[in-house]
Amino acid sequence: MSTTTVETPAPADERRPAGAPGRTRRRGEQSRAASLASHAVLIVASLTALFPVAWLFFLSLGPDKDDYLHPGRIWGKITLDNYAFVLQDTGFFDWLKSTLIVVLGTTLIGVVVAASTGYAVSRMRFPGYRKLMWVLLVTQMFPIAVLIVPMYQILSDLQLIDSYLGLILVNCTTIVPYCAWLMKGYFDTIPFEIDEAGRVDGLTPFGTFARLILPLAKPGLAVAAFYSFLTAFGEVAFASTFMLSDDKYTFAVGLQTFVSEHDAQRNLMAATAVLIAIPAAIFFYLVQKNLVTGLTAGGTKG
Amino acid sequence: MTVAIDRATGKRRGEREPRPGPVQRLKNGLHKHWYAYAMIAPVAIVLAVLVLYPLGYGLYLTLTDATSLNTARTIGVNEIDATYKFIGLDNYADILWGPTAYDRFWSHFLWTVFWTAACVTLHYGIGLGLALLLNQKLRGRTLYRMILVLPWAVPTFVTVFGWRFMLADGGIINSGLELLHLPTPSWLEDTFWQRFSAIMVNTWCGVPFMMVSLLGGLQSIDASLYEASEMDGANAWQRFRYVTLPGLRSVSTTVVLLGVIWTFNQFAIIFLLFGNTAPDAQILVTWAYQLGFGQQPRDYAQSAAYGILLLSILIVFTSFYRRWLNRNEQQLAI
Repeated sequence: MSTTTVETPAPADERRPAGAPGRTRRRGEQSRAASLASHAVLIVASLTALFPVAWLFFLSLGPDKDDYLHPGRIWGKITLDNYAFVLQDTGFFDWLKSTLIVVLGTTLIGVVVAASTGYAVSRMRFPGYRKLMWVLLVTQMFPIAVLIVPMYQILSDLQLIDSYLGLILVNCTTIVPYCAWLMKGYFDTIPFEIDEAGRVDGLTPFGTFARLILPLAKPGLAVAAFYSFLTAFGEVAFASTFMLSDDKYTFAVGLQTFVSEHDAQRNLMAATAVLIAIPAAIFFYLVQKNLVTGLTAGGTKG
Repeated sequence: MTVAIDRATGKRRGEREPRPGPVQRLKNGLHKHWYAYAMIAPVAIVLAVLVLYPLGYGLYLTLTDATSLNTARTIGVNEIDATYKFIGLDNYADILWGPTAYDRFWSHFLWTVFWTAACVTLHYGIGLGLALLLNQKLRGRTLYRMILVLPWAVPTFVTVFGWRFMLADGGIINSGLELLHLPTPSWLEDTFWQRFSAIMVNTWCGVPFMMVSLLGGLQSIDASLYEASEMDGANAWQRFRYVTLPGLRSVSTTVVLLGVIWTFNQFAIIFLLFGNTAPDAQILVTWAYQLGFGQQPRDYAQSAAYGILLLSILIVFTSFYRRWLNRNEQQLAI
C-alpha cells in the first residue's frame, strides 16, 4: 500500500537531536504537532463512531427497562439476564430462521439470475443493449414508495403477503439489477482473449461463459453475494409491511416489536440488538475489502 | 461512448447493406444475437415481472382513487370486489396544487431537498477529512479505520435504536448536557430538533462509506505527482487543491451521485427513529409510506402517486447531473 501524505502546514519540528536545524523533513514524515492533531481528531471520530454501539451493549447489561434513564446504576447490577430472556422467551430464533431464509433466498436468486446477464452486457453488443443498461441503472434509483403499493396489491392477489417467497421476490427487484451491474464490472476486467481462445477451440458462447469465465469470476460473484446478503439483511420497509405473523418476522421487524406506543422493553431490545449486531459486524469486516472495490468499480464509462 | 461492436464477431454496425424491413431485421437480429438474448433472458424476465409490471400497475393505480376501503379484500369469509374508479390525473393535481398542497407535498419536498443537501455535504466533507487523515503514515491507522467503519458494519436498523435510547428524554445525551448546564432540547418531540436528530443520525451512518471510497481514491493517486508538485514548490494547500482534488474527481462524482440517491430514498432511519410521531420530520419517501400504510384508511392511490413523483424527480436530477458532468468532460464511474 503506497501512502502519500497531505501535510498540514505546521512548523517543522523534527524528532532529531538538535543541531540539524532547517533540515527539511523527508516525505511521509510529519511534524509532531501535526501528528498529534491528526491523532486527536481520529480519536474523537473513533469515539463518536463507537459510542452508540457501545452504549447499546452497556444498556443490554442492565436488568430493568428504565435503566437507560440512569445508566450509572447499571454498574452495580450488571447481569446477562436480558440475553437469557431474549434467547429463551422471545421469538429470537424464529426471527433468525426467517432472516436466513429470506436473505439466503434473495442472495441465491440474485447471483444465479444476474450472472449470465452480467456476462452478456460485458461481452456483447446487441440491439436493445443501451435500453437494458438504462433500465438496470434506473432500477437502482427506485424509492421504496414506487413499488411498495403495487407490490402489496399484486402479492395480495397472489396470496403471497406474509410469505417468505413474497419478500424474497420483492427484495429481488433491487438486488437482481444491481448484481448484474456489479458482475458486468467484474467481467470487464477479465481479458477478452480468453473468450476468443475458447471460441477458437470450438466452445459455444454459453460454453465459454460456463466453463472458462465463470470459474475466473468467482471473486466477482462473491462480491455480488455479499452485497445481496447485507442489503436483504438490513431491509426494513418491505419486511415491516409484508410480514404479518410474528414467527415470520425478520430481525429488522422483530426488533421493532419491543417498542410499542405504551411500553418499551428497552433492556430486551438492547440485548437483541447486540445479538444481531455482533455476527453482522463480523461478517461485514470479513468481506468489507471486496465490497468497497465492487461498489465503485462496476459499470460502464460514458 | 461505447462503440457498437459485437466483439465476438468484430463487425461494426455501420458497415451494412441498405436496411431490410422490420420483420427481416428482427429475424436477422435474433439469428445473429440469439445467444445474447438467451443470456439476458433471466434478468429481462425478472425485471419485466417484478419491476416493470408493478411499475405499470402502480401508474394505473395513481389514476384511480384506490384506498384500503375500495380495493378487493377478504374479510373473514366474504370476498369484497374492488370498487375504485378511474379519476385521471386528479391525484397528481391534488398533490401538487390542491388545497393544503403546501402542507402535504411542498413542505416535505423542501425539507427533503434540504435533508439531502445537508446530509450529502456532511457525508462528503467529514468522509474526505477522515480519509485524508487516514492516508498518512500514522501509528494505529488500521485500528482507526476498523473503528471508523463500525457505523457501516452494524446494520442501520440496529444502530438507530441505540440513537433512540441516547436521544430519549432523560437519555445519556441530555444527561450529559445537563451536567454541563447546557439547554436540553427534546430531540425526538420538537420539530426542529427532530430534523436535527435525523440529519445527525444519518450523517453518523453514512460517513464510513464515503470515507472508505475516498480513501481508495486517495491511494490510487500517483505518488510521483506529489513529489513533482513539491519539487515545483507547491505548499500543502496547493498540493491538495491541484493534485488531490482532481485525482479524486471520478470517485467523487460517483459517490456524490450515489449519496444523493441513497439519502433521498433513505427510509429506515426516519421510519425507525420517529415511527408515526413526527409528521414534519418525514421526508417524501417516508411520508408516502405513511399515506399508503401508516394510516387508516390506507390511501394507496396517493401513495403510489408520490412514488411516481419521487422517481421522476430522481431521474430528472440524474440526467441533469450526467449532462453537467459531460459538459465538464468528466466521467461517471457507474
